[in-house]
Amino acid sequence: MTAFRHTWQVALRYIRALLRQPAWVGISLVQPVIWLLLFGALFKRTADIPGFSSGSYIEFLTPGVVVMLAVSSAGWVGMGFIEDINRGTMDRLLVSPIWRGALNLGSVAQSVLSIAIQSVIVVGLSLAVGAHFHNGVAGVAVLVAVAGLLGAVFASLSNGVAVLTRQRETLIGIVTMVTLPLTFLSSALMQQSLLPGWIRWVARCNPVNWAAEAGRSAAAAHADWGLIASRTSFLALLLLVSAAFATRAFNAYQRSI
Amino acid sequence: MKAIEASNLRKTYKGGVRALDGLSLEVETGSIFGLLGPNGAGKSTTVKILTTLSLADSGEARLAGLDVVRDAGRVRRSIGVVGQKAGLDPDATGRENLEMQAEIYGIRGGARRERVDELLERLGLAEAGGRLAKTYSGGMQRRLDVALGLVHRPKVLFLDEPTTGLDPEARTELWREIERLAREEEMTILLTTHYLEEADRLAARLVIVDRGRVVAEGSPDELKSDLRGDTVQVELVESSNGDAVGAVERLPGVSELTVDGRLLRARVDSGAAAIPSVISALEQGGLRVASATVARPSLDDVYLRHAGRSFQQADTDTKEAA
Repeated sequence: MTAFRHTWQVALRYIRALLRQPAWVGISLVQPVIWLLLFGALFKRTADIPGFSSGSYIEFLTPGVVVMLAVSSAGWVGMGFIEDINRGTMDRLLVSPIWRGALNLGSVAQSVLSIAIQSVIVVGLSLAVGAHFHNGVAGVAVLVAVAGLLGAVFASLSNGVAVLTRQRETLIGIVTMVTLPLTFLSSALMQQSLLPGWIRWVARCNPVNWAAEAGRSAAAAHADWGLIASRTSFLALLLLVSAAFATRAFNAYQRSI
Repeated sequence: MKAIEASNLRKTYKGGVRALDGLSLEVETGSIFGLLGPNGAGKSTTVKILTTLSLADSGEARLAGLDVVRDAGRVRRSIGVVGQKAGLDPDATGRENLEMQAEIYGIRGGARRERVDELLERLGLAEAGGRLAKTYSGGMQRRLDVALGLVHRPKVLFLDEPTTGLDPEARTELWREIERLAREEEMTILLTTHYLEEADRLAARLVIVDRGRVVAEGSPDELKSDLRGDTVQVELVESSNGDAVGAVERLPGVSELTVDGRLLRARVDSGAAAIPSVISALEQGGLRVASATVARPSLDDVYLRHAGRSFQQADTDTKEAA
């Protein structure tokens, strides 16, 4: 109960700070829309490739964009931690009896909330341009949940790296180096069976691909619930590990100051 | 039981900087205790270890009998910390900052509202409570920081360089608030400062810290009266010459003579009695005296005596090393 209350307090703090930056809210709403329309237009002819099974590329692309935005938005979450550390806010929290896990989970909760809102906007726009989600609200809910789960993993990793390095530049470097390749080494933008063999092989151990597979299956005509369940549990397991890493990182921080 | 006990704390940072080199101290319950020293002496590191934020390499520290490592959770409930850096959240209002802090300590509902109102009122932030903390002046931010440290009525309050960066008016105001806290709330306050006058005014007892260890301990008056005699300061009309200065140094009862351009400083047994002979020794050497003053020893003199260098010098040394 205390753990939940503390997590909520930390989340509330970050959510409030976000809502007070109207520019941020605007940008984060517009960005996924641009991605969807831009990628959708750029790769429109993909649907003509023999063996491409989806009706339109944009319908195929929507779950991919949702997964991409989850990774890219969660990756930057650690910047908030670096600011908190530089300002002294983190030290104030660390000398209080706050549950250590709440520091990461509260920030993760905020990140998941904004990912969910962005995802719903992308889905809405995709529907508006003629895409179909064959399993209705349930399918979309699974897609958003999977994106949130993936976002939570990356937000935790970002927080952990932030606490360990405490350097904006280092975090920017690591996030850029990790998120883009992981996105392209997955089926987010291209059907799995059309990927080169080696990418298909790498994608098997890529969490971004797990989320893309599960999210896309949930939106497809014949949802493979077994696959969705297995990919979701992989992600959940990874979340446990990454959240533990982010929380443990504070021990290293306290030894170094 | 002592409010704070620390024995033989040592800590070396990565890169070989030795912050603490066997620091020990004891603080009585219900008093203001000063940790005085130049920048880099190890004051902040001491506070970080005592408040469970940082870990010492070796040594032990207890708060109200609780070990800061093994009983960290219970220690955290009984201490309030106002760090050197502002701990407040600039993107939240003063009230929201305090509400979150209250929730962390399990103060909720009506009790929370009451306590937050009380603190805003008390620290002169009642009208600013609804504004974002980043719009506050430096003095207001510091007061909000103090309020954050007080939300849960801690038994021991740590103030790490509380008045650094404040203008003189805001500083005096904060001093009054600290005195009031110690008096009315019977709180033990550990205060670090590199302002001699701050330690002199606030602390009932203090330790002087230099290069990671305690070099002197006592009440400000005890420390000052350990230095027998007074300081005589003589200003010359023109720059001094060696002969005349040598003559002053040979006078009975004169010690610790320093010369800085036209300024001579020396420790004497009795200032009033020494002045005539100092002046005549200088004038016999051909030096005209522009003014002469006698001062009771200050903490600056105590510092010079125990750390072997003047306070300003120590501060400059540290900055150059950094």
